Amino acid sequence: MDSGKLKNRWIALYVENQVGVLAKVSGLFSGKSYNLQSLTVGTTEHEDISRMTIGVSSDDITFEQIKKQLNTMVEVIKVVDLTDTPIHMKEVLFAKIKKVTPEEKAEAYRIAQAYEIQVIDTDLDSVLLESTLTERRNNDLCSLLRRTFKHIDIVRGGAVAIEGLSTSCR
Amino acid sequence: MDIAGKKLIMKALMEEGVDTVFAYPGGMITDIMDEMYKQDNLKVVLPRHEQALVHEAEGYARSTGKVGVCLVTSGPGATNTITAIADAHYDSIPLVVLTGQVPQGLIGNDAFQEVDIVGMTRSITKYGVTVRDRKDLGKILKMAFTIARTGKPGPVLVDIPKDIQTENGPGEYPKDVVIRGYKPNESVHIGQLKRAYKLLRSAKQPIILAGGGVRISGAGKELLAFAKKMNIPVVTTIMGKGVIPEDNELYIGNSGMHGRYAANMAVMECDVLFSIGTRFNDRITGDLNEFAPKAKIIHVDVETASISRNVVVDIPVVSDAKLALEKLMEWAEPLKTTKWLDKIYAWEKENPLVMRDIKGLSPQKVMEGINEVFPKAIVVTDVGQHQMWATQYIKIGEGGQMITSGGLGTMGFGFPASIGAKIANPKKDVVCVTGDGGFQMNMQEMATAMCQGAEVVICIMNNQYLGMVRQMQQLFYGKRYSMVSLRKQQEWRDASKDVTDQDRAYVPDFMKLAETYGAKGIRVTTQEEIIPALKVAKKTKGAPTIIEFCIPSEELVLPMVKGGNPMSEMILK
Repeated sequence: MDSGKLKNRWIALYVENQVGVLAKVSGLFSGKSYNLQSLTVGTTEHEDISRMTIGVSSDDITFEQIKKQLNTMVEVIKVVDLTDTPIHMKEVLFAKIKKVTPEEKAEAYRIAQAYEIQVIDTDLDSVLLESTLTERRNNDLCSLLRRTFKHIDIVRGGAVAIEGLSTSCR
Repeated sequence: MDIAGKKLIMKALMEEGVDTVFAYPGGMITDIMDEMYKQDNLKVVLPRHEQALVHEAEGYARSTGKVGVCLVTSGPGATNTITAIADAHYDSIPLVVLTGQVPQGLIGNDAFQEVDIVGMTRSITKYGVTVRDRKDLGKILKMAFTIARTGKPGPVLVDIPKDIQTENGPGEYPKDVVIRGYKPNESVHIGQLKRAYKLLRSAKQPIILAGGGVRISGAGKELLAFAKKMNIPVVTTIMGKGVIPEDNELYIGNSGMHGRYAANMAVMECDVLFSIGTRFNDRITGDLNEFAPKAKIIHVDVETASISRNVVVDIPVVSDAKLALEKLMEWAEPLKTTKWLDKIYAWEKENPLVMRDIKGLSPQKVMEGINEVFPKAIVVTDVGQHQMWATQYIKIGEGGQMITSGGLGTMGFGFPASIGAKIANPKKDVVCVTGDGGFQMNMQEMATAMCQGAEVVICIMNNQYLGMVRQMQQLFYGKRYSMVSLRKQQEWRDASKDVTDQDRAYVPDFMKLAETYGAKGIRVTTQEEIIPALKVAKKTKGAPTIIEFCIPSEELVLPMVKGGNPMSEMILK
């Protein structure tokens, strides 16, 4: 049976844009031992409504429970399960590569080219990359950067997602 | 016209029909207190501790179905309420808890008596909020009462900074409020209910499992009518105890960890389990893999999140219990269950619920005495062995009710809750069945009971132990009675020499305690004294009575299913 298998899933959550709501939502995950992978939040077209993009890793039964528990919260306006719907998903990532030799610098540019990401700043011995790929693709990028360079700072923003218009995006 | 926040709070209480407020003073609510002083139609109950305060409000709410209203100050006043709020949350009790808060300018400064009470109670309230703008006060209070009492009820906490209490602002208290993220279930999916009925119709050995939700929804009569019409036997959780009169032949008893043998066997052997208003707590199910192994399960609950959480069910129905039962009643046709009932009665005969004969004072005899002298009482229990004996042997008839801390299992709950129940029901008998341990957790409330003239009959089942834990040690830890003796000298030190009776004395002397507060105390040591003592207490007016029942030290609550074991593995003797 598949229902016991851990799987990565995504939820879009519309919540009241109020003090304490983020704490309440994240508290649910820690309090009930749900496995939170990623959580981003920002306001929507309505100033008083925020939308969260939440990534969790769970089995089917737990995931159903998570959605129900979120729904019971007064501050939660709508729970949208994005797991099996076509979505556009992006994550901002900055990677600062430091103390590079000219060869390494060239390699950084080659990686940027291959991954179709931007070199947004550069200095004598350092390069700053900016990526807005999917979370998965960013994982691959991170892994490669870690193996290639010794001195890197990585800042990741967490994934944001929106339902697509066509049926084949992700 | 603009009015001060404190005046709007009074207006809200009046328009919500609040007649009683449980309140304890403090620096950050002095303005509200001053306003309450001017109210003629508001009874204010002053307890002796804020935990007890909220339990008293729970007793009020549990016995009336109305919202219990609490008012405490910031800091320690607020933190003291936490255990009782968790208790109310677990048992779905409607409360509105108003906490004072330091002025907004001081929040975050570690000001005197400042705590983030909303943050602390986030996971144990249905809703909690700090009022940050005076103009939102009316709307927030309306939301609080609405959320507390509708859907699956629960406690709501409103934290009100001192500046909001005095600031002038809009004077209107809204008639209703739209909360876009809150839509309690007010209808029932007919198709789903039909499927449930069809399954029930096909059953040969059906059982109804009724929980506290049936009481909350006020569906006792509907449940009885439905069970009678379809000839389906009923078992209850301890929160559901008393939803149908216990003398009815279809009522089997409580199921669960200390349930009746016949009730647990019926759940093990049934082919359709119709459960309503219960969340399949582990005390009911035991080993989940072995729970109702032969049954298809129907689950009616008002909260979606309660369904298929602990037990995977075959037919979920999201609905208020009363609504579902009224609809089911329209279709109900009798089933032939005579054989099944005979089977259940045979189990009851095989292992009836009865305590062993003992020389001293049998707990069962005490409970039967209470049944005799107080047949229509509200019986409030604390938590522990006495609680289980009460759920086993107290008979709740028409007009009676059992109030108990079911989910959280809060020692110290019983006595204050009984005071709240008495205040709400001055004409009814209120009996508090408690233990010597649990009573001591909130016995300062003797003063509250005296000051309120609350005629609560306090039955302390004194076995000089924290008996429920001792029972576990007795059965599963080789009688190593670690930390459970309430006598002066701990059991494990007894091996040391020269221990005199004085050294092992029991404290306190509950008779002197009663006397200190100006109440009557009666000590009962033999079976013959039970009824006379209860009768004296019944006649006592204007004050509580303590009856100390000196029961044997090592009596057990049986039957028992060890936590995590299947319900069929009952320890009977």
